[in-house]
Amino acid sequence: MATPQLLRVVEREARVYSRMWRGLGFTTFVQPALYLAAMGLGLGGLVNAHTGSVGGVDYLDFVAPGLLVASAMQVACAESLWPVLGGVKWMRYYFGIIATPIGPVEIYGGYVLWIALRSMLASAAFLLVAALLGAVPSAWGVLAIPAAALTAAAFCAILAAFSITQDTDLSFPMIMRLGVLPLFLFSGTFFPVSQLPAGLRHLALLSPLYHGVELARAATTGSFSLLPDIGHVAFLVGCIALGGVFGVRNFTRRLHA
Amino acid sequence: MPGPLVEARALVKRFGSFVAVDGIDFAIDAGEAFGFLGPNGAGKTSTMRMVGCVSPRSGGELQVLGMDPKTDGSRIRARLGSVPQEDSLDTELTVWDNMMIYGRYFDLPRAQIRERAAELLDFVQLGDRRDSRVDPLSGGMKRRLTIARALINQPELLLLDEPTTGLDPQARHLLWDRLYELKLAGVTLVLTTHYMDEAEQLCDRLVIMDRARIVAEGSPRELIAKYVTREVVEVRLNREHDRALALAKLKPMGERVEALADRVLLYTHNGDAIANAVSGNGFGDASVLVRRASLEDVFLILTGRSLEED
Repeated sequence: MATPQLLRVVEREARVYSRMWRGLGFTTFVQPALYLAAMGLGLGGLVNAHTGSVGGVDYLDFVAPGLLVASAMQVACAESLWPVLGGVKWMRYYFGIIATPIGPVEIYGGYVLWIALRSMLASAAFLLVAALLGAVPSAWGVLAIPAAALTAAAFCAILAAFSITQDTDLSFPMIMRLGVLPLFLFSGTFFPVSQLPAGLRHLALLSPLYHGVELARAATTGSFSLLPDIGHVAFLVGCIALGGVFGVRNFTRRLHA
Repeated sequence: MPGPLVEARALVKRFGSFVAVDGIDFAIDAGEAFGFLGPNGAGKTSTMRMVGCVSPRSGGELQVLGMDPKTDGSRIRARLGSVPQEDSLDTELTVWDNMMIYGRYFDLPRAQIRERAAELLDFVQLGDRRDSRVDPLSGGMKRRLTIARALINQPELLLLDEPTTGLDPQARHLLWDRLYELKLAGVTLVLTTHYMDEAEQLCDRLVIMDRARIVAEGSPRELIAKYVTREVVEVRLNREHDRALALAKLKPMGERVEALADRVLLYTHNGDAIANAVSGNGFGDASVLVRRASLEDVFLILTGRSLEED
């Protein structure tokens, strides 16, 4: 059987990524260390002194899975905006790809898959740093990696479907500031959503990041609860499916005009 | 006898209410160099994209390599090479990596791609630039790399959309040489151009497109023989000439007369005699020129407009 064409798109991204590996490698390991040191140890020290623990765990243990998935989301979002528009508008290499047997749907699917894989790499590095800092009490913590990948794929599926319809990047900074940043702050990343006012608490349930963080936290703290966790996975898969419907349509419309 | 490689009947492309291609028919045979000649906006690129299976047709019939692009686009593209008008190289990769990944898109084994990529880069004279990034390459080099890339799958049919637009004369001639060699090697070439010299140089057969339709078809020589006389006398009008008076004088002298903004063209079978007569009729020697008729004249006579005008 022939190799699925979307793996060729993954191969292209991996080729580009491997050329930048050194620069990216630095941020991959240093950024989590900085985040965990500041939030987990610095802020966590205060939190622990005042409240003892958050959601039954040490603050560092609480915030580490939150930061892990939140950074996966941030990278996935930025990578689903400018690079996608670049492929069709600035660099135009998508038009090189569609002249081969590979079609617009494979470009889209392959890119979502790549973002998921890439976030697994980054999450594995993050997890390693967190474990060294003692922020991963459970061996189930490795499951935080697929949780982050699923979250990254959900954001990528939705945003790439949007980016491909754009002619300029004017809306992108606003998406990052008014969309991604609030999600980053209020999705149970730094504090439990139960701290939010009632209305916002329900709104937070619509955030894909919330579901990803809950999954990752269940993994790193080793405290799963079957039904809610199935719900989190289903929500993220639903986001990918919904984004996928628009992504397939929009990529085809734009590239096979 | 096998059928044509590409066959279109009543082919239509619409974008909303705009009709880009308005019911055209053509057939392209294996081994020939076939051209679409016409001004910008005539529908050449839209036609090319439909043949390249990257743009669905809005109506009519189209067969490429005996298959229907609607259902077999991917299988057809596997056997095509395509050089789009605008750059589509991967600027995040080197010249060599562009070749490698392109071969991978066609699902070719790496060893085979390496071998072909080295050959092809030499063929387009970029062998010494394989580790360069794409951005610093000149326009001509980028176009040559795009052609090398398009040949990685040994296509039966090579589509070239305005292959030399934007290139300087030297780069154009180098590219023409390469394309001519491909043609000799038996690759079927399909190209669009708005340069009549390019069409004359490269095409065995061509269609002239204007306003979404095909207005004439044949070899360059056939088209010239059919629509224009062998020679043309160009009379350049300067400011001292009263345009109306000059036209009245010149009209009866050619078998056919076309008045452009700055000059008058007299189509004739005896250029020298007419040129002499014109010179003796109050037009200075310097403003009279005899030349052979070209595709440009065919286009002018068929559409009443010059190719370069718009």
